[in-house]
Amino acid sequence: MKRRVAALAVLAVLLLLLPGFAGPYALSVATLILYFAYTGQAWNVMMGFAGQLSLGHSLYVGVGAYAAGALFFHYGIGPWAGLWVAILLCVLLGVAIGFLAFRFGISGVYFALLTIAFAEFTRIGFDHFNWIGGPGGMFLRVAQRDAWDLANFRGPPLMYYYAMLALTAGAFALCFFLLKSRPGYYWQAIRENEEAAQALGINTFRWKMLAVAISAALTAVSGVFFAFYYNNLFPEQIFHISRSIEIILGPVIGGVGTLFGPILGAALLTLLSDGITEAVAALGWEIPGIKQVFYGLVLLLVIMFLPHGIWPPLARRLGLHKR
Amino acid sequence: MKRRQFNKALAAAGAAAAVSPFGILHAQAQKLRVGVLLPRSGYLGFIGQSCQKGADLAPEVIKGMLGVDIELMNADTESSVDTARTRAERLIQEGAHVLVGAFDSGQSAAIAQVAEQRGVPYIVNVAAAPQITEQGYKFVFRNFQTAVDIVRNGLALIGELFQATNSVPRSAVFMHVNDTFGQAMAKGIGAFMPRLTQLPFKIVDTITYDPAAKDLTVELSKAKSANADFLLLVCRLNDAILLRREMVKQRWNPMGIVSPGSPGMYEEQYFKTLGKLSEYSISNVPWYNPNAPLTRTVEKAFLKRNPKEKLVFHGLNVGFTFEAILVAADAFKRAKSTEPKTLADAIRQTNITSKMTLGGPIKFNEKGQVEGIGSACVQNLDLIPKVVLPANAAEAKPVFPAPYYKKA
Amino acid sequence: MALGLSVIFGVVRVVNFAHGEMMTIAMYAASVLFAALGLDPFAAMLPIAAAFFVFGYVLQAGLINPFITRPEHSQFMLLVAVAIIMVNAMLMIFGPDARNVQVDYQLESFQIGSLLIDKARLYAAAAAVVAAAALFGFFRFTLTGKAIRACADNYLGAKVVGLDVKRLYALTFGLGAVCVAVAGCAMVLLVEVTPSLGPAYTLLAFVIVIVGGLGSMGGALLGGVLIGVSEALAGLFIAPSAKSMFSFGLLILVLLLRPQGLLGKRS
Repeated sequence: MKRRVAALAVLAVLLLLLPGFAGPYALSVATLILYFAYTGQAWNVMMGFAGQLSLGHSLYVGVGAYAAGALFFHYGIGPWAGLWVAILLCVLLGVAIGFLAFRFGISGVYFALLTIAFAEFTRIGFDHFNWIGGPGGMFLRVAQRDAWDLANFRGPPLMYYYAMLALTAGAFALCFFLLKSRPGYYWQAIRENEEAAQALGINTFRWKMLAVAISAALTAVSGVFFAFYYNNLFPEQIFHISRSIEIILGPVIGGVGTLFGPILGAALLTLLSDGITEAVAALGWEIPGIKQVFYGLVLLLVIMFLPHGIWPPLARRLGLHKR
Repeated sequence: MKRRQFNKALAAAGAAAAVSPFGILHAQAQKLRVGVLLPRSGYLGFIGQSCQKGADLAPEVIKGMLGVDIELMNADTESSVDTARTRAERLIQEGAHVLVGAFDSGQSAAIAQVAEQRGVPYIVNVAAAPQITEQGYKFVFRNFQTAVDIVRNGLALIGELFQATNSVPRSAVFMHVNDTFGQAMAKGIGAFMPRLTQLPFKIVDTITYDPAAKDLTVELSKAKSANADFLLLVCRLNDAILLRREMVKQRWNPMGIVSPGSPGMYEEQYFKTLGKLSEYSISNVPWYNPNAPLTRTVEKAFLKRNPKEKLVFHGLNVGFTFEAILVAADAFKRAKSTEPKTLADAIRQTNITSKMTLGGPIKFNEKGQVEGIGSACVQNLDLIPKVVLPANAAEAKPVFPAPYYKKA
Repeated sequence: MALGLSVIFGVVRVVNFAHGEMMTIAMYAASVLFAALGLDPFAAMLPIAAAFFVFGYVLQAGLINPFITRPEHSQFMLLVAVAIIMVNAMLMIFGPDARNVQVDYQLESFQIGSLLIDKARLYAAAAAVVAAAALFGFFRFTLTGKAIRACADNYLGAKVVGLDVKRLYALTFGLGAVCVAVAGCAMVLLVEVTPSLGPAYTLLAFVIVIVGGLGSMGGALLGGVLIGVSEALAGLFIAPSAKSMFSFGLLILVLLLRPQGLLGKRS
């Protein structure tokens, strides 16, 4: 236990001090890593904890982003207020989907397909939703970004980095406590054998819904961040299934259901992606598409040989695992 | 073990890259380093690679024109906003003095933010969303029409077209893709049409369609049933091909297919796939001036590097990408420095009259936008797109209505 | 194409997210054969289908087999990785330009009264029906076909009885791949091939398969027709650009109310 706390502390210090010795490029990559780590962690709550495979998580990112973005764009309402609207909307959506799915007994692959259908449905719907700009996209007004304007969430990249770091740390802590508490144990039971859990008298419906709601809420915040970081939103891009896939890559490679898995996965994948791009450029192979082939190959290898993700075996090696 | 080592190695590489010195040389610099950000893979791969051809020939041509040395730093945005942003940061860190790109409005907007924040000038080659130059940026410039301009020019050219061919079509059916571009065009048409009273036609029906649709049978039959004189179309390449084929299968032969401003019908694939069917389609788009001396120079360089291709199929992409780099080089020559702020100021003073694309001189207004870029009415004749209007840049006379026209 | 997915999912229970990409490869193959040998895509169907059978078999036996017992998200990731590799390999080999096939009858239509029927589409539909009938016959009347159905119905039972499940799964995947090949050859007459064509078709195939019913041959056909018609109607009466929305809405309804699809069996 002591080792784990120590390792965590070292990591935390490193991350806090990162901007001191990292250039702007590394900082932007680090922010991206944290973004995927956070969003992956949010997804992990639903999948790793409660065992519900959501392949349409871009839905929550998009709705969250558009909710906060639209309020800012049309009414000048700042992101802190918009955040709550975003969370509320996403929780309602998640709960609705969860309710429909669980009441009708949809699970496994069918649940996954249901989530995809909802995300696609929303994508095309937003493409026709002119109040938020339709397919032309929504461009948020960008102010000069030298000063830290927390109220409107505008500032230099440093601010975004720390904001994302705070979010990721917060999610990590939240998940840690959740796992140790009652919901955590119920989720484990449901994940391992839902029927047995039900037989034991656990209200599986309620706990599954809780996981979905928490996951949706966390992901909504991710969407709000996205809106104010990139300042332009297009339904075609933000609700796209490729974004949903991006979100789950981190946790799956890192280790579904583990606390540290999503973070490790996001870090490795982003570094891998950038690393391959650099390596390919250094070798002078400027063929478009070659980088993605390598990327796909690595994914394939990891999936084949490390089915539970990279973190569990790594943790064992480092002596950081539970037992 | 392997994972840890791999991870460590990557982390080390990352750290090394991060702390490496910026390498921005101030004043007395010999070379201008231009970061070129284009989507060379992903769904925009085809267009990105086309633009890249314009970038690749730039250093040689510009050396001949201005005596200035340019070093290109190419990056692939992979048609993704995330990658566009990090690649832009990377290029700046590696010492790019100016950025150029990125074709897509979303990616361009992301790069613009990075450029503005880092104080590095960024010249947009092709991207029509008006908002990019409406943010009050000091380091972002665009030498391309906004969607609003494209529509206005496109509609005006339609009027000219009918005048030049003495035709008076009374009705049009308007079909457009439901994406960024199509939507902007639809809005523009809605705004400008009522004001352009000299246009003889009315739009009798509007049909929107999904750009990813692989089957447009229903859409086209709707269009056909509107019984309009001609088809006003805002499209992309694949759907343009689908629609043209569908028109044959459904035996609809209107006076013509006219685009007030969209890609698709002048692209090489359209001709290759449709053969003779591609004839007479008309697109009103920003284009290069076939008679300009610079065009000939660029064409020579293009053919040297791409002997199997024709410039005319890449004209728009190559022309504007080349000009973006030209603007950078021209500013560098005047500023005699690669210091970003100096470069930006120099770019603001740009006044290039001898250029390749149609329209007035390259001069940026206070928003960083060039006004007065011209459009051409381009018609597919003899299996290549030819400029038919304006008359002073024309290579052929416009044909309207098309010979295949059959009154319904 | 949906047929192939139905067969694969219905029997092997693996969600083939690389399905659309496989069809894209088939389309490229057809266009290459056409360019090189002037072979009409319908004629090219046979050799390409044969090649795809081997391809599918090898893919399943080599790569996918170990994943049958693994959780769904692992399977999904595996096929996503495969799809990424396929798409970008195609980009590298063929470049981003679209390719196509030009045949005489491509743009012709039959005219029956005031009804115009597209020749190419009609032939494609015929090919689909023939393929479905062939598969149906195979599963009903041959020993191997029955064996495969046994595996689908009861994995353990099949093993107990002594069926070589691994080989049968690989066979099934091969058959699914054959369907994909047939679809690809027909498709190339209607649509241009680009490397990124795949994902939209994978999704479409899923919608059709779910609506029509898993593991049911007739279901896949029915689903295809149903989705096609409903999209057309939606296009006609609501905005055409929203017609896919309608399909997904239909998918949601079916998943909720009748997850086994219209003609499927409750598993």
